[in-house]
Amino acid sequence: MITFRNVSKTFTIGKREVHAVRNVDLTIEQGEIFGIIGFSGAGKSTLLRLVNVLEIPSAGSIEVQGVDLAKLSPREVRKVRRGIGMIFQNFNLLTSRTVAGNIAYPLKLAKVPRQKIKERVDELLRFVGLSEKAKNYPEQLSGGQKQRVGIARALATSPDILICDEATSALDPDTTGDILRLLKKVNKELGITILLITHEMHVIQAICDKVAVMEDGEVIETGGVFDTFTSPVHPTTKRFIRSIQQDLPSPSLLEEWRHKGGEKLYRIIFKGEVASDPVLSRVTRKHDIDVNIVYGSVQEIQAKFYGNLLVSFEGDEEKTARAVKELNDIVQIEEVEVAWA
Amino acid sequence: MGVDWQTFWPRIVEATGQTILMVAVTLVIGSIFGIIIGLLLFVTRKGNILENAFLFQIINFLINIIRPIPFIIFLVAISPLTREVVGTTIGTWAAIFPMSIAAAFSIARVVENNFISIDPGVIEAAKAMGASPLQIIYTILIPEALGPLVLGLTFITISLIDFSAMAGTVGGGGLGHVAMTYGYQRFDTSVMVVTVVILIVLVQLAQWIGNTLSRKILRR
Repeated sequence: MITFRNVSKTFTIGKREVHAVRNVDLTIEQGEIFGIIGFSGAGKSTLLRLVNVLEIPSAGSIEVQGVDLAKLSPREVRKVRRGIGMIFQNFNLLTSRTVAGNIAYPLKLAKVPRQKIKERVDELLRFVGLSEKAKNYPEQLSGGQKQRVGIARALATSPDILICDEATSALDPDTTGDILRLLKKVNKELGITILLITHEMHVIQAICDKVAVMEDGEVIETGGVFDTFTSPVHPTTKRFIRSIQQDLPSPSLLEEWRHKGGEKLYRIIFKGEVASDPVLSRVTRKHDIDVNIVYGSVQEIQAKFYGNLLVSFEGDEEKTARAVKELNDIVQIEEVEVAWA
Repeated sequence: MGVDWQTFWPRIVEATGQTILMVAVTLVIGSIFGIIIGLLLFVTRKGNILENAFLFQIINFLINIIRPIPFIIFLVAISPLTREVVGTTIGTWAAIFPMSIAAAFSIARVVENNFISIDPGVIEAAKAMGASPLQIIYTILIPEALGPLVLGLTFITISLIDFSAMAGTVGGGGLGHVAMTYGYQRFDTSVMVVTVVILIVLVQLAQWIGNTLSRKILRR
């Protein structure tokens, strides 16, 4: 478990003070995958580095697994770091060592006996699926393979926590998927708590349980991933969500719709169970009107459906009003104000 | 005129031996001190693992005053110190002393530059894995910088061959001495040509060894 209590971090660059992290209160529970999202410069990287004491807070306190980080000697800091694995955007592998040598490195630092190191390295290579690459050097690997080595190396000392600094940002979409699946496996099979930072909403959508949104050093919104996705509060959160799911067609398409004398548009939001019921079909049939799906998507977030549809109804106005009223009891429905240019 | 090559060859061989001895011993002593100074310079830099502005400024200043002095002047200038330490200012060992000092400070800069070019992310990763500053030096800085370091030392070795020739003119012995006394002062072109050829061969050899070693380390 990681607890941030009113944590701030200020850097002094020349004469200018930069508030990288401001008054952050955050709790990351044991066993969850917690994502912090923000645009670059939001302070998420600094926040992450506070967890393994690569940065020291200017104010506030941080507790990791019940240990207050502020009270540690350098020797104790190094011990705490062995309980926190870290992976990086640019992998940061040692070019002078082979794949096996890289994975063995933290174990050598911890003075683990040679035979034990060998067994552990073999085990980790199997876990990340790189057994045949043990004797290769990092420059002979692809980006995805390098990150696998990074993950194996971070897991070598059997940490309780894994922190990920934009771990997939340097990878192509396919490889990103592979690495995210591997992180999920690390979390599920080894029970390791994962704290990751990213600027990509789909990373949060794919593996996180909880999310915190950062802007200007502050955490502006935090909560479960499904709730945050389906009912975001802060405008920045909405922007991130819109980056992976558009909820409105482009203005030119709307304009065309208007030209054709289009009817009123309604947005219907289905969450969870409701998405699998034939709600629309049932209600429209009952009120004897037709429904026309203009735009929309159905997604899976944290193993739950989330539908976002733009529809119009064709039929008697009064009947339509009654249908909308009935739908409103079951799903979220609202008339969309299309800006008639 | 000209020299009697029958009797002169052993002198050339001896002088070549002296040059190689001067360069080799200087390289060893200079590298030991140079790596230590360069390491100190790097780790005490702002934001580094053992940041210390005071120590950094002192070392940096020292390097900057010694390096620009032309070697032939430096050689003469520190001769009182050479006499204190070595006991004489003449001969091969007396040449090795100033050569080692000059080499150490040049090597320090090369070492520092090579360490700076290591990806800071790798050092951060080692820290995150619980490495102590000393472990970072032994397990990251030196192995990661070794390839370019060998090339840097090769470059220094070649300038040491140059230094040794200068040291020869002030009684250091070696090929420089032979070239000066026989080739220059006695106008014996054949001696000059022979010594120059030997020096060229030595430089080629040093470069070849350095390239081969660094290629092995860098795997390219």
